[in-house]
Amino acid sequence: MESKPVHFKNISREESYGYDRKTLDYIRNAAAHGLYEIRGMGAKRKLPNFDDLVFLGASMSRYPLEGYREKCLTKTVLGTRFAKKPIELEIPITIAGMSFGSLSANVKEALGRAASEVGTSTTTGDGGMTPEERLSSRTLIYQCLPSRYGFNPDDVRKADAIEVVIGQGAKPGGGGMLLGQKVSPRVAGMRTLPEGIDQRSACRHPDWTGPDDLAIKIQELREITDWEKPIYVKVGATRTFNDVKLAVHSGADVVVVDGMQGGTAATQTCFIEHIGIPTLAAVRQAVNALEDLDMKGKVQLIVSGGVRTGADVAKALAMGADAVAIGQGVLVALGCNGETYFQNGGHHDATADYNAIGTAPGYCHHCHTGKCPVGITTQDAILEQRLSPEVGARHLRNYLKTLNMELTTIARACGKQNVHHLEPEDLVALTIEAAAMAGVPLAGTSWIPGKGF
Amino acid sequence: MERLTFDLAATPLRELNTFLHKDARDGAARHVTVLNPDGAHNIAVGLDCPVEVEIVGHAGYYAGGMNKAATITIAGSAGTGVAENMMSGKVHVKGFASNGAGASAQGGLLVIDGDAGLRCGISLKGGDIVVGGSVGSFSAFMAQAGRMVICGDAGDALGDSLYEAVLYVKGSVKSLGADAQFEPMSEADIATVASLLDQAGLDHDPKAFKRIASKRSLYHWNADADQEY
Repeated sequence: MESKPVHFKNISREESYGYDRKTLDYIRNAAAHGLYEIRGMGAKRKLPNFDDLVFLGASMSRYPLEGYREKCLTKTVLGTRFAKKPIELEIPITIAGMSFGSLSANVKEALGRAASEVGTSTTTGDGGMTPEERLSSRTLIYQCLPSRYGFNPDDVRKADAIEVVIGQGAKPGGGGMLLGQKVSPRVAGMRTLPEGIDQRSACRHPDWTGPDDLAIKIQELREITDWEKPIYVKVGATRTFNDVKLAVHSGADVVVVDGMQGGTAATQTCFIEHIGIPTLAAVRQAVNALEDLDMKGKVQLIVSGGVRTGADVAKALAMGADAVAIGQGVLVALGCNGETYFQNGGHHDATADYNAIGTAPGYCHHCHTGKCPVGITTQDAILEQRLSPEVGARHLRNYLKTLNMELTTIARACGKQNVHHLEPEDLVALTIEAAAMAGVPLAGTSWIPGKGF
Repeated sequence: MERLTFDLAATPLRELNTFLHKDARDGAARHVTVLNPDGAHNIAVGLDCPVEVEIVGHAGYYAGGMNKAATITIAGSAGTGVAENMMSGKVHVKGFASNGAGASAQGGLLVIDGDAGLRCGISLKGGDIVVGGSVGSFSAFMAQAGRMVICGDAGDALGDSLYEAVLYVKGSVKSLGADAQFEPMSEADIATVASLLDQAGLDHDPKAFKRIASKRSLYHWNADADQEY
C-alpha cells in the first residue's frame, strides 16, 4: 500500500536562526551595492536597558512623600569644579548635541525655545552654532568636535559651556557622514565645504592625540574663556571606567557618557549595532570611576543614550548620574516617525511620503537622506516647513515637563525631597544581566552578580 | 601705554592672557613682550584685537591658538597646535613647530621659518600657512580651504583626503595621500605663491613650486574606492 505523502509544512516555512530574513537582506544588499548601510536612529535590537530595573518604592522601611503635594527639588548645577560660572538648570534633563545640518534650522530653534522655557540647556552639534539657537537658548552648550566644522572663538565666547566631544554612543571610534543631499548652501557655508558633496567628519581631533594633550587643550579653552565656562568631555561608552578616569585627569568639569542606544543622524549600521556598550553598563562604570577617584559630586556626570521616559531619568540619577541628555527622544517629541505633521493650522498625513522613501511611520530611519517626511532631519526648503519652531517647542516643552513630573513622582515615592537624593539602594534588577551591568541586586535577593551573596 | 613686558618667570600665564583679552583690547598696550616663556602652554590664546605679541623664547602647546586680529611672533620654537583654529592676524614661528601646526585655521597667516612636524595644516579651513623648511607626514589631511606653501620637503600622505585647499611644495614629496594629485602651476598659482612668500619674508622662486590639489574623486560615496574612502 502506498504511504500518504508527508507535508513538512513547519520545516519548509521555518526561518533559519543564523540566516534570518534580516541577515539574508543584509547579504543581498552588500552583494548588490558593495557598500555598507548608512542610516539614522539607534540600535534596532533589544539591549539591556533601564526597563530592566525597577524602583523599590517606600513602604515600611522607607517613608514616602506625598506625590501630589510635597515638594521635590530638581535644581541641577553642573561644572562646579573649576568654572567661575557653573551651569544652573531647573531640571536634570538636558538636550543632547545635534547638528544644524543633520537637523533643520527650525528644529534647532524649537530645541532652544523649549529648553529655555523649562529651564534647561541645549547643545550645538557638528557644524557650529546657529544664530537661531543662540538667540532661543537661555543656556547653550557649544560642542568642540573632531571635525571642528564652524568652530570659532567668537562662538566659544558666546557659549555657556564647552563640550569637547571625543565620541558618540552610536559610533564610538567613528566619524560622521552627512550625505550630499543634506549639504545645502547654508550647511556648506558653515562647514567650509562645497555644496552637495558627501561630508565626512573626522573621528579624532586634529590638534591632539591623547589624554595628556587633551589636558592642555582643556586649559587652552579655559584660558580663552578666562576660566568662566565649564568644560564638558563627552565619550561614547566603551572602556568607560578608564575613559571617565582619563577625562577627569584631563581636567573635565563634567563628563558626558553616551551609551550605545544613542541615536545618530547617519552612521554605518555595523557601528550602531556592534560598537559600544549599553547605557546601563556605562553608567555603573562611570560612577565607579568617579568614586574610585573620590570625584563623585565634584565632577558631574551626564548620561545619555536611550533615555526616553521619566523613569529612565530617575534610574540614571539613582545610579549616580547628575543629569541626563536626550537626543532621539527629543526628536520623537517633535514628531519624528509620526503619521502626521502640523502645518497651516491643520494636520497632514505623511504616510505617502514615508512610503516614497521605502519606509513607514514608526519605522523610519532615513535621517541621513534628508527626506524626513515630518521636516525634522532635513535641509529641504519645503520639508523643513513641516516643523515650525513654535509648534515643535510646545511639544518638546510638554515632553520635558512630563519627564520631570514622572521623575519627581518616582523620587517622592522613594521618600526623596530632592531628585538628586535617589540612590542605587532604591533600585533592583529584573534580570541577572541587568543586575550585573547596573551593579544592583537581582529583585527579591541581595545578590549582585560578581559581588557574591 | 604703547609697550609692556610680561616675564612669565615671575608673572602667571593667567595674568598675561587676562591682560591680552581685556586691557589690550581696550588699548592698554599695542605691543607686548613675553619673556621667559620656557615652553609654557597656551600663551596668547584667544586674542581678539590687533595687538602685537612677541614671545622671546620657546612656546608650548597652542601658542596663538584661535588668534583673531593679533600679530604674534615666537622668537623660538613652538609646540603642538601653534595657531590652531586661527581666524585672522598672523603668527610667526622663527624656529621649528611641532605637530598640528595651524590645525583647522580658518583665516590669517601662519609662518614657520624652520620645519613643521606631523599633520601641519590638518583640517585647514581657510588660513594660509608658509613653512620655510619641511613638513611631516599627513600634512594637510582633510584640509578644506586655504593654502599651504612648503619650501622644503613633505613626508608621507601629503594632502590625504583634501577638499578645496591647495598645497604648493618646492622640495620632494615622499607620497601623496588619497585623492591628492599634482596639477600644473598656473600664472595665478605663481602669483599666489609669490605673494605668500613675500608676506612670510622668504626668498624663493615661485616657479619652482609644484601644485597639489584634490582629485575630487571621493566627494561622493563610491564602492570602488574601498579603503581609500
